[in-house]
Amino acid sequence: MITAAPVQQRENYLNSSYGLKSWLLTKDHKRIALLYFATITVFFFIGGIFATMIRLELATPESDLVSAETYNKLFTMHGVIMVFFFLVPSIPATLGNFFLPIMIGARDLAFPRINLLSWYLLIIGGALAFFAMFAGGVDTGWTFYTPYSTSYSNTWVIATALGIFVAGFSSILTGLNFIVTVHRMRAPGMTWFRMPLFVWAHYATALLQVLGTPVLAVTLVLVFCERLLHIGIFDPALGGDPVLFQHLFWFYSHPAVYIMVLPGMGVINELISTFSRKPIYGYGFVAASSLALAVIGFLVWGHHLFVSTQSVYAGMVFSFLSYFVAIPSAIKVFNWTATLYKGSISFETPMLYAFGFIGLFTIGGLTGLFLASLGFDVHVTDTYFVIAHFHYVMVGGTIMAYMGGLHYWWPKMTGRMYPDGWAKLSAGITFLGFNLTFFPQFILGYLGMPRRYAAYPPEFQVLHVLSSAGASILAIGYLLPAIYFAWSLKYGPIAGANPWGATGLEWKIPSPPPTHNFDEIPIVTHEAYDYSSVEAEVA
Amino acid sequence: MGSLSFIPEQASNFAVEVDYLYLFLVAVTVFFTVGIFAAIFYFAIRYRRRSETEIPEATHTGMALEIAWSVIPFGITMVMFGWGASIFFKESRPPDNASQIYIVAKQWMWKLQHPEGQREINELHIPVGRPVKFTMTSEDVIHSFFIPAFRTKQDVVPGRYSTVWLTPTKTGKYHLFCAEYCGTKHSGMIGWVYVMEPNEYQEWLNGGASMGSMAEKGGKLFDDLACSNCHKQDGSGRCPSLVGLYRKHVQLADGRVITADEAYLRESILQPDAKVVAGFQPLMPTFQGLVNEEGVVQLIEYIKSLSPKPGTGPAPVNISTPAGEFKPIPQGAAQPAPGTSVPRGR
Repeated sequence: MITAAPVQQRENYLNSSYGLKSWLLTKDHKRIALLYFATITVFFFIGGIFATMIRLELATPESDLVSAETYNKLFTMHGVIMVFFFLVPSIPATLGNFFLPIMIGARDLAFPRINLLSWYLLIIGGALAFFAMFAGGVDTGWTFYTPYSTSYSNTWVIATALGIFVAGFSSILTGLNFIVTVHRMRAPGMTWFRMPLFVWAHYATALLQVLGTPVLAVTLVLVFCERLLHIGIFDPALGGDPVLFQHLFWFYSHPAVYIMVLPGMGVINELISTFSRKPIYGYGFVAASSLALAVIGFLVWGHHLFVSTQSVYAGMVFSFLSYFVAIPSAIKVFNWTATLYKGSISFETPMLYAFGFIGLFTIGGLTGLFLASLGFDVHVTDTYFVIAHFHYVMVGGTIMAYMGGLHYWWPKMTGRMYPDGWAKLSAGITFLGFNLTFFPQFILGYLGMPRRYAAYPPEFQVLHVLSSAGASILAIGYLLPAIYFAWSLKYGPIAGANPWGATGLEWKIPSPPPTHNFDEIPIVTHEAYDYSSVEAEVA
Repeated sequence: MGSLSFIPEQASNFAVEVDYLYLFLVAVTVFFTVGIFAAIFYFAIRYRRRSETEIPEATHTGMALEIAWSVIPFGITMVMFGWGASIFFKESRPPDNASQIYIVAKQWMWKLQHPEGQREINELHIPVGRPVKFTMTSEDVIHSFFIPAFRTKQDVVPGRYSTVWLTPTKTGKYHLFCAEYCGTKHSGMIGWVYVMEPNEYQEWLNGGASMGSMAEKGGKLFDDLACSNCHKQDGSGRCPSLVGLYRKHVQLADGRVITADEAYLRESILQPDAKVVAGFQPLMPTFQGLVNEEGVVQLIEYIKSLSPKPGTGPAPVNISTPAGEFKPIPQGAAQPAPGTSVPRGR
């Protein structure tokens, strides 16, 4: 570890003011990041409780622990909370909010008040969703397919969808803030191609948030119109078209996959580079691949509709276009692997998560190729194969990256180090538990187990039990960090300014950073990931 | 129950094709996953940090390498695309000699009708070795017709017909699932498919106390709903004669020419104003609410039975198969050569 001057009582963003008001009315992007962090941690564990109950119910073929009605609400609320209230805000709103301005040498985001507003919007949206949950829940699935959601479900569809609608504006405003910040607030010398790849990934994500989320908002308004006012839009009994909903929904929700996973890829760049002390191989290609994913992400929504009665030719076009996603994804994985070549690789906790990410994202990405292949998709769509695939990308990808990023920047955010042994152990447990939970689901899906089934034929039980057993291991992998992170806040050893010997402007300021980040706006003279210059400065 | 198997039963003409595609996809995945894992492990151990102060030299990006690992994987994915698309295309083109089964899905059951008149709920009996086409609609929400052993799945959407076809290749009992979430008892919307030897199937067809074929029931509905008052067979009514209409080209009042398929017939019964035949007034009232989806398919079978053209299905009216003898196909198959060329023309 590289030593730095002791920083104990220096003024920083955490001790510059005290009291609830100083947090709830803060305009400091770092404090807002922590508000988000606390909020989405709560959402994550609530979504996790739903997941636990789902896996407990599925340990036996019969619907015995909970009724089918309750089961349907559990998987719906698990999906709604995890997608809209955890994964979408996860990395951008916490790590992105905290580090994007610092990484480009800015003192805050371009619109600090809008940043705070976007947190309040997430809180309001979350409150609406919570209200719906406690009032009786919702049972449409997180996809809200019509006409079930508009004309048939007797649950709290409107309250839940309204919550998502409001939270969507939080996402739009965060994206807007990032775009303007990256364009206008870069420090002198911080050219576009000197930006860390974390920033590039967030820039691409922000474009998706700003361009995609309004379509979701419009779609939900149409659902309100049909459900409340009986205006026929989606329900054929009212003269509507039910498949229209699926087009609109996936026009947002497919790009949303990249909203969730691109920031994770951004984190992985930082981790791989730091712990192999090498610039990311093919920097330009990796940066461009983030933008390519953002663009292609808007052209492939129809691959969710191969069996929906969409035309055969539309199916072929969407299948063809979907394979273009493979190019930027492959570029990222190959370049990360190549970065390790002749590096100086150390196995700190964040690097273990990065390795886990590459492994799981590789499997998640490659199984996406299965689903894009029309003839195969017909068999496995709406089965556990799809569930396994998107959990490999969202949980194996995004959450591994999020955990890796938290372990990487925790000393910077809090000024404290967590216990290394426990952290490595929980990284291992998470990887093991994840694979045991979700790998059997690929086989289940191929064998024909449909998703969203409260009860299932007994021949599927062996694989379901394996999956439930894996889930309990995975739960430990998530609970342990919650405990030792909390512990480290008070008892963790003091971390220096740059405990990993990393490049990047965030490691040139003290830990935790002062409220205004930089006493003097830095002048950038090097490319990103220039390790020779770091060494010179530290020495 | 159940030994753990890794390949579901293969019981349709598509099953083997899909499984070969699957094995190819698995092989590609294993190749790349093992390759990437091996490279990471090797690099991680070979280049592990040996001193805290070492700074490795930066490697320059090789343009050729970047292009190679973009283009080669993309080439492989194009094989996946072409292979998958060709199976999908085949799945979308039912052969002309496929027998027809109608399915009406509702929360939470499958209602099936055979043209011969047999009706089933959550059970489906079909003969092995003969192509069968399912024409499906829903009375309420979206469902999805999924038989894993056949590797087929098709959403069943209210307000429209969707179709799926296959040839069962192996006798046995297979799961039928609803694959699109449809409400509280979604996981109870399941059933069994029985693929039978042709003679057993014929016995089964004869066994049920048949209330007449679908076309006969449709004919009765046609009279009960007073359709026959206007749609006279000799064309003397106020509305067009329906004889020979099925699969024929129809000139519409707005100038379009469409093919009179099941979807058109259904629409014309429920929304008569949508596509008015050229030379006729939009006089027909809607039958929405007067006839349910099962009645609509019976009417359609009746209209099809008015077609003089053979070879367009199981020839519903003249299924006067001699008892015991299973010979429904040759009747239709005897004439398809002159028959099929006409309705297929553009």
